[in-house]
Amino acid sequence: MSLMHVSSPHVHKPVSSVEQVMKQVLLATIPGVLMLTWFFGPGTIINIVFGSALALAFEAWALWLRGKDYKTPLRDHSVIVTATLLCIALPPYVPWWLIAVGIGVSVLLGKHVFGGLGYNPFNPAMVGYVVLLVSFPLQMSSWTEPRGIGEAPGIVDAFTALFAASSYDAVTAATPLDLFRQNSGMLFEDLMQSKAELTGPIAGLGWDWVNLAFLAGGIWLLRQRIFTWHAPVGMLTALTMCAALGYDEGSSTGGGSVLFHLFSGATMFGAFFIITDPVSSAVSNKGRLIFGAMVGILVYLIRVHGNYPDAVAFGVLLLNFAAPLIDQYTQPTVYGTKKVGADE
Amino acid sequence: MRQIFDIHGGIHPPERKEMSNPGWVSDCDMPSKLVLPVTQHIGAPARPVVEVGDTVFGGQMIAEAQGPVSVPVHAPSSGTVTAIEARAVPHASGLTDICIEISLDGKDEWVGCEGLDNWRNETKAALLERVRLAGIAGLGGAGFPTAIKLASDRDSGIHTLIINGTECEPYITADDTVMQCFAQQIVEGAEILAHMVGAETVLLAIEDNKPEAADAMRQAALALDIAEVVTFPTKYPSGGEKQLIEILLNAQVPSGGIPADIGVLCQNPNTAIAVRDALIHGKPVTHRITTVTGMSLKDPGNRRVMLGTPIRELLETAGFNADSADRVLHGGPMMGFTVTDLDMPVVKITNCVLAPTRTEIPPPQPQQACIRCGMCAEACPASLLPQQLYWYARAKDQEQLERHNLMDCIECGACAFVCPSHIPLVQYYRSAKGSLREAAREKVRSGNSRARFEARQERLERDAAAREAKRAARKAAAEARAQAGDDPVQAAIERVKAKKAQQETQQ
Repeated sequence: MSLMHVSSPHVHKPVSSVEQVMKQVLLATIPGVLMLTWFFGPGTIINIVFGSALALAFEAWALWLRGKDYKTPLRDHSVIVTATLLCIALPPYVPWWLIAVGIGVSVLLGKHVFGGLGYNPFNPAMVGYVVLLVSFPLQMSSWTEPRGIGEAPGIVDAFTALFAASSYDAVTAATPLDLFRQNSGMLFEDLMQSKAELTGPIAGLGWDWVNLAFLAGGIWLLRQRIFTWHAPVGMLTALTMCAALGYDEGSSTGGGSVLFHLFSGATMFGAFFIITDPVSSAVSNKGRLIFGAMVGILVYLIRVHGNYPDAVAFGVLLLNFAAPLIDQYTQPTVYGTKKVGADE
Repeated sequence: MRQIFDIHGGIHPPERKEMSNPGWVSDCDMPSKLVLPVTQHIGAPARPVVEVGDTVFGGQMIAEAQGPVSVPVHAPSSGTVTAIEARAVPHASGLTDICIEISLDGKDEWVGCEGLDNWRNETKAALLERVRLAGIAGLGGAGFPTAIKLASDRDSGIHTLIINGTECEPYITADDTVMQCFAQQIVEGAEILAHMVGAETVLLAIEDNKPEAADAMRQAALALDIAEVVTFPTKYPSGGEKQLIEILLNAQVPSGGIPADIGVLCQNPNTAIAVRDALIHGKPVTHRITTVTGMSLKDPGNRRVMLGTPIRELLETAGFNADSADRVLHGGPMMGFTVTDLDMPVVKITNCVLAPTRTEIPPPQPQQACIRCGMCAEACPASLLPQQLYWYARAKDQEQLERHNLMDCIECGACAFVCPSHIPLVQYYRSAKGSLREAAREKVRSGNSRARFEARQERLERDAAAREAKRAARKAAAEARAQAGDDPVQAAIERVKAKKAQQETQQ
């Protein structure tokens, strides 16, 4: 018998792997994706499938170019998570090349130029998203009418939009955040009522349900201990406080209600699926709280005062820059470095 | 009820303690040969005082302590010394060390052991000397010389003695068994220890997964009014000295310090018994209770083993199926190390020999990239940031490693246990700690050589100055003489002239 010589510990948490973590994140997106599909048709799902396939190809190519083993890392699902998150953020009916550019940027420039999984300073999906947003603003701002106003597009429409964009007639509508940004002179309540069919019960037809679904998925991930509560709570608390302070009793120059901000656009998706990306966020719990809070403040500021209707992607990327700095100042107190006497 | 406190982090690995049937102990068969390393403790090796061919008896000292931080080694039974040479010994790095091999004669003849009639009448120094001569080193697994720990004279004094029966490592039930079977002896030992260090409180600490041991200890503790049994929730690594102190006293041992700094002393139950036996019966440490377990054994359990028994024989008496195992561990699965040679002996710190099957503890999985998920930081009982330490260890960034308190890592392995990327984190930390220690030594060394260099430089300058001064003084004297009119050259010429003139007159 030959004796193995390995370092302790010799036992490991059963069923724990990067693959497992990524799988759980993917599972947790299901409620949100289903909600998007219900209100906006099958575009998102088809984009996710198409985007994931492309992402796997890009990942394999990048690994091969870098002279790495390209079989094992493909199995860790991390690139599928990146593709899924990007495709959820995209409008549902976009041409194939838009997805290809987005995925290419995410995987190659967001991830592999920095050294691949674990080395990327920025959230890869958000890198891809922001490149698309600033390069193709038209395509990136054309959200479909939600079910309840028009008919949600069908599968045929989805494939037409994807591969024959020129023959696809999109029926688009402004999102509640668009309406809010373009508002000038209307009281918040009046604005909401003037487009009652779009603004829906809380924060926009469809959008409140989509946000609730992502919130549900996020809470499940929290219970699975995939991440800690710090970043999401930091972001949602900061956003709530900013909205409460800036509401200005619904005046035309005010910042919109708390519920409007919490359940609009990418708030919950961002709070539980984007800023919780561990690689590019701060490392300590205190750091993650600050990281989340800063994203929340930026989201509010850009939504209310900025040029873009939503701001999760910008907020996250800006804070990715700041994460190493946050880490420097938020190191937890190590055992034995704080003085507590036995007699005290 | 004493209030207990929680520690940061911690994990719940499968315990698998029932396998070794805690509460029962049997004698291991007498081996034909014993191999006794001269270093079974932390500190300087003991020096053999027997020679090959000597006959030795049980309890006889065969190697004496060298220096203050060292303990002697005694023969566990009678026989003949057949070799004194380097052999493989249990060590995380797979080192060899000088070992004394004894071929046993099977008669188990002992030298007379003399105990103290009343240890209360002895001075602390005398008691310490007995502890030292009995070869007692922390039997929980650390192996630090007990006499040194007991002798430490802090201004604050020791107020609390903790008998650490936590035993949070999975699989191991040696302490559990000892507490169930020898509770009274433990409490007697604790009384002696408390007397020696002047502790006012004795806490008998046990995790709540050992109710039988807690009951036995409670019963025994009735005999000692300063003693109290404290149980607390099972969580790894509650048995770490620092963690246990936080659980029981809500106090933290300062970074880089020892429990005595805050008036606490921790001892393992086995060590308490060893101290008791040394003082009351005059018996040195020659045997210990070891858990022999794992699914590749037919008959796992706790054994009373002679120190020096080869691990191979211990495993064989427990029905070892070598084909189903590919590693044997010295210690538990969280902090134990792999045995590289089955001829290695059981030593004072061997609390467990674990022979798992390949399915029970599978080979390590390939390492994946760190995704900074932070599960390690959640699990770390020292509140470190293991993922940051890992990056800094890889980057060999010593400044950041120190800033992130690498040296406060207790190597419990909780971080690596939860790591979804299967990174052997503890291995990185051990190696990085080694480099930090080396750097610190290097600093001291370069400091020393700078001091030496400067001293030499100063001495050379001093000598040069002294020579210069002497020369100047000689020159000054010569000049003074010249001034005074007695030029030495002129005088010599005069002398020669006078001599010549004298010769001429004689002729």
